[in-house]
Amino acid sequence: MDLVLTPEERAFQEEVRTFLRERLPPDVRERTWTGARMDKEDQVRWEKILHERGWMAPSWPVEHGGTGWTPLERYLFEEEMEAAFAPPPMPFGVNMVGPVIIAFGTEEHKRRFLPRILSSDDWWCQGYSEPGAGSDLAALKTRAVRDGDHYVVNGQKTWTTAAQHADWIFCLVRTSQEARRQEGISFLLIDMHSPGITVRPIRTMDGGEEINDTFFEDVRVPVENLIGEEGKGWTYAKFLLGHERTGIAGVARSKAQIRRIREVARSETSHGRPLAEDPRFRERLAEIEVELMALEYTILRIVSAMNAGTAPGPEASILKIKGTEIQQALTDMLMQAVGYYAHPEYPPPEPGANVAPVGPEHAAGLAARYFNWRKSSIYGGSNEIQRNIIAKMVLGL
Amino acid sequence: MNFSFTDEQRLLRESVEKLVAAEYPFEVRRGLAASEAGFSRELWRKFAELGWLGLGIPEDAGGVGGGPVETAIVMEGLGTGLAVEPYLATVVMGAELLKRSGAARSDRLARLAAGELQVAFAFAERQSRYELANVETRAEPEGGGYRLTGAKSVVFNAPAADVIAVSARTAGGPRDRGGLTVFALDASAHGLEVREYRTMDGLRAGEIELDWVRAGPDDVLGRPGEGLDVVEGAVNSGVVGACAEAAGIMARMHRDTIEYLKHREQFGTALATFQALQHRLVDMYMACELSRSMAYMAAVRLGSPETTEAELRRAVAAAKVQIGRAGRFVGENAIQLHGGMGMTDEMPISHYFKRLILIDRQFGDADHHLREMAGTSP
Repeated sequence: MDLVLTPEERAFQEEVRTFLRERLPPDVRERTWTGARMDKEDQVRWEKILHERGWMAPSWPVEHGGTGWTPLERYLFEEEMEAAFAPPPMPFGVNMVGPVIIAFGTEEHKRRFLPRILSSDDWWCQGYSEPGAGSDLAALKTRAVRDGDHYVVNGQKTWTTAAQHADWIFCLVRTSQEARRQEGISFLLIDMHSPGITVRPIRTMDGGEEINDTFFEDVRVPVENLIGEEGKGWTYAKFLLGHERTGIAGVARSKAQIRRIREVARSETSHGRPLAEDPRFRERLAEIEVELMALEYTILRIVSAMNAGTAPGPEASILKIKGTEIQQALTDMLMQAVGYYAHPEYPPPEPGANVAPVGPEHAAGLAARYFNWRKSSIYGGSNEIQRNIIAKMVLGL
Repeated sequence: MNFSFTDEQRLLRESVEKLVAAEYPFEVRRGLAASEAGFSRELWRKFAELGWLGLGIPEDAGGVGGGPVETAIVMEGLGTGLAVEPYLATVVMGAELLKRSGAARSDRLARLAAGELQVAFAFAERQSRYELANVETRAEPEGGGYRLTGAKSVVFNAPAADVIAVSARTAGGPRDRGGLTVFALDASAHGLEVREYRTMDGLRAGEIELDWVRAGPDDVLGRPGEGLDVVEGAVNSGVVGACAEAAGIMARMHRDTIEYLKHREQFGTALATFQALQHRLVDMYMACELSRSMAYMAAVRLGSPETTEAELRRAVAAAKVQIGRAGRFVGENAIQLHGGMGMTDEMPISHYFKRLILIDRQFGDADHHLREMAGTSP
């Protein structure tokens, strides 16, 4: 065992750093650093820069535009991205539907969809949850009925992040009623511009509108948009959830947040001294750092095993639970750091009015972020569901 | 010792509960929070008629008597309905401040009790965080009076206030415990500017700039140079009121979460049947009960003439620590157990959560008060 990067690994790290230093647009970096909302244009602009360098989808096979990096190199890349406050690509195309298309799609699917994911010309969203199917995803009711060479889709999906910006949605739909609820589900790619689709934004408690209800009313979907076999969608969905989970720990992002907290704490005062010098504050931050370190070395253990060819198992659920707990603790500390300036409303009631925020600039939006980040222990399979997975799959209970 | 409500207190409690149930469905609250004024003047008049605005004010000054336990009962009830009316700023803290008025005392208190006077207390500053003696706003003597210059942070109810109480330094360095004086300024005073805004939890506040604002000797609350007593008195009242409000909010969030889990079905059964979730609800229940005990303990201590200064300091700090921690535990779990629905603006639970979390920021967070308890504040 050793924890020292080889000269090759160090050179790789340096290459990534140089790229980020030279190519990450300063305004995009700034927005990621302050936690301001990014609009689609900014995100696309950055994704196209990544794409130009060939780094949009590091984990994909080389023949489809991936990098051929080892798991450790991928990890180092993600780490450098987060450390530089470079926003990661939108996950729905690259990390979610992309790998499913690569593993289970036809050659035509690959030719048609993968290049446009890499170039950020197509934006995707995820059609999984429904009002009656959250943690219990197999309870989903959206129906797709075969009519000639089309499916006719009716139903409702919810919590669809970025649906208002998306060109495509990958959906779990029920194509038949079977005794086992996990059967009879199919994985369908649907053009968001199809007639019969309505997107209604859901306002969240932080004042944002990043999630939506998506309604389907007699939406006609060509049968060639079916992934794999009809009725086998659950298998593909499980495959995808595995992919979603490994990146969810967000260790590098949490490290960057710790740097941000320190910076904010240097500008805040407590009892006449900078908050950054306050022993209780420092100890609280150190406690979170210890947790983060424990998580980081657990990931490195998993990455090392992957480097040696072992596929990540259900212990990835540890990463989801601990990763999101740490992220939430950090949003909490950041909010605490600004004392009374957690109170002013954010965003201010007239967005775009270009009014200076109330109080210090570094305090703007920190409470909103704490409230928004409560979602992280709910999405991607709630932390309760992750515990069920560990109990069943790891502990054999 | 008798740590239970008197018959009168029980009646008060029922009357608050009744009003909240009848007049404060969540959609009313939502509308009021979004309205121009930010709360209901009509309900405020009703509070006056019911005698709630005169609680804590002696009868000879136009009030109805009672003390911190009575105002805590009202605050707890208003918390249950997540009321936006500025009871904490005007009655719980405002009356405490205006009692220290000189000649204007009876007049001000009578108008407050009648619902004709709104109060805000400007004690925090950009650099002060939660340290009450940390005041850079200065009051310079001029003629027989004073001129005030400085800035005050996050002043709740400032937009509606008729009287704004301001802590200012008349002597000493920026962190000295002596040399503070509290002034009751007319909100329309020349040189006093309020930048109004909404808060994350649906209330109204303002940033205050004081530019050479004139104050007369009669505007001093308490004694010149001994203002820290006045500040601490008002803030202690504020803490107790906020703790009672939080107890009401927590109880409501807990109840709503139980209801949600009883009706939300997943895996073919109500979520409430899962033992892991039942135990979570039990832990939340215990946190609610312990918090309520602490809120009323602090209210009793605050209202009792037998309480020593040290006992009061300890009681207030301990209650605020308990409320801050339990509030986070109950609030975060209530959202978690509501799943995605808990994240939405549409569900009342998210609004209760925001207020509960921000109560921990008001008057000092759990960390701050833990150090007050331990005597380790720098």
